[in-house]
Amino acid sequence: MNPDDYLMLSGIQHFAFCQRQWALIHVEQLWAENSLTFSGKLMHDNADDPFFVESRGDTLVSRSIPLVSHNLKIYGIADVVEFHRSSSGVRIAYRDGFWEVVPIEYKRGKKKEDDCDEVQLCCQAMCLEEMYGTKIPAGYLYYGKTRHRTEVLFDEELREHVVSLIQEMYALYENGITPAAELKKQCASCSIRDLCVPTISSRKKSVDQYLDSMIGEYSHEKTA
Amino acid sequence: MRKLRNVLYVTNPQSYLSKDGESIVVSVENQELARVPIHNLEGVVCFGFMGASPGMMALCTENDVGLCFVSPYGKFMARVGGKVSGNVLLRKRQYAVSDDETASVKIASYCILGKLMNCRTVLQRFSRDYPDMVSGEFERNFKRLSEGIVQIKAGTCGSLNELRGFEGILSKYYFDSFNDLILSTEPEFSFENRSRRPPLDRVNALLSFSYTLIAADCASALESVGLDPQVGFLHRVRPGRPSLALDLMEEFRPYLGDRFVLSLVNNRVVTAGNFVVKENGAVLLTDDARKTVLQAWQKRKKEEVMHGYLEERMPIGLLPYSQAMLLARFLRGDIDGYPPFVVR
Repeated sequence: MNPDDYLMLSGIQHFAFCQRQWALIHVEQLWAENSLTFSGKLMHDNADDPFFVESRGDTLVSRSIPLVSHNLKIYGIADVVEFHRSSSGVRIAYRDGFWEVVPIEYKRGKKKEDDCDEVQLCCQAMCLEEMYGTKIPAGYLYYGKTRHRTEVLFDEELREHVVSLIQEMYALYENGITPAAELKKQCASCSIRDLCVPTISSRKKSVDQYLDSMIGEYSHEKTA
Repeated sequence: MRKLRNVLYVTNPQSYLSKDGESIVVSVENQELARVPIHNLEGVVCFGFMGASPGMMALCTENDVGLCFVSPYGKFMARVGGKVSGNVLLRKRQYAVSDDETASVKIASYCILGKLMNCRTVLQRFSRDYPDMVSGEFERNFKRLSEGIVQIKAGTCGSLNELRGFEGILSKYYFDSFNDLILSTEPEFSFENRSRRPPLDRVNALLSFSYTLIAADCASALESVGLDPQVGFLHRVRPGRPSLALDLMEEFRPYLGDRFVLSLVNNRVVTAGNFVVKENGAVLLTDDARKTVLQAWQKRKKEEVMHGYLEERMPIGLLPYSQAMLLARFLRGDIDGYPPFVVR
């Protein structure tokens, strides 16, 4: 497959949250901002500066790293990748020694019940592993609301989940399928709810019945 | 439903639009007249010739705000849009359906049904409000229209031409009764039949103007859901014609257009003096009257109505948007038909 046809890494988080949300954004190309997505964007604008490299002793902080995995057929951008000086790890241009690669992803809210943030971070790590030819055991999610980092271990189970999600994404993408809506609790916080209208495909009221009910109202009434 | 934002109508033809930060600045001869934050806007309609800065155009396209230039008399001149957006699969489906007569007849029938059912409601409401003024002719037309609706619903029209022909007959019954709905005693407001290009009487001038406003709203609504406003099902594709916008607006003509015009005339919002009659008989709205009409239109769009299919209350101004969304959902196979907006 041509790398131009790869799917976007950021989509995996949408897909883990709601398959239809992902399809509406990536297949139907719909998008809408709400206050949640907008504050997330503001936060990223602060975190993302590709030309800013921060160096603190034995830690190097790099922002907006382009990512790709030809195995997973995924491309994207990592918010922040830290390089920790270590006895093992990878070599980096213009720096001596070896460095461990530690991906960090910034999220505006707090830790969620589902694993969509973990999945996204793990997918970033898998791209970095492929690009640097290394093994990355763990990364961090930074949550804006709690201002805390949570460590995420990239175990086999999480990695397999990433792979299977990407397979499902490709199955829908290649066939141009948008899954039907299901009204769920999480719909309340979805920015594209108005474009999705989860109530129409979950209500199953047929258009025929709707028109009949409107015509029916007439036929019983008389003029004047 | 999403929020209804405002449409900025710039009626002074000497206005120039520019950008300052996140706001649109309207100025005349370098004198700032107004400043509107982009986030409050749905669209900008400029009745003028001076134009707009590229920065202001970018501000509009980045924020999904439609920017449309019409002549001082409301004739469409240009619309500014950003890069092609929306779903290419949806547009391909739209083109395929448009090439398929059977599939087109199905959608076109939904649009026509919506229109005729709403025509019926306009007549019905009148007969309910003024039972003493209903003539035998009015009742006959009403009955024919109602029977026609049931026939179209039953799928009697097999081709687009058949559907167009039948729709023409049924619309005539409706417009034959339209003069009864005008309560103004001013003889200038009597209505004989529908005339356009140019409108030959005051009521027709108002109808044409309101249809222009609806068509512009429908075109931007279609674009915002990623449909191509030019490729229609009922209206044939013609270069420069927003055929799908015309299809979509069918259901809105009676409810948003005709009833709006009737309220302007019957409530004396406009009077006979608000028009200019040209030597060739063409009737035009004066600048001041156009402003009055647009204000009334803006007010009307904020009124709320119950959507029978979505089972949700929404501002009238969002109806074109909700219908464009439903049409896109039907084309993508999410719902089993296109439910036109039918007013109770």
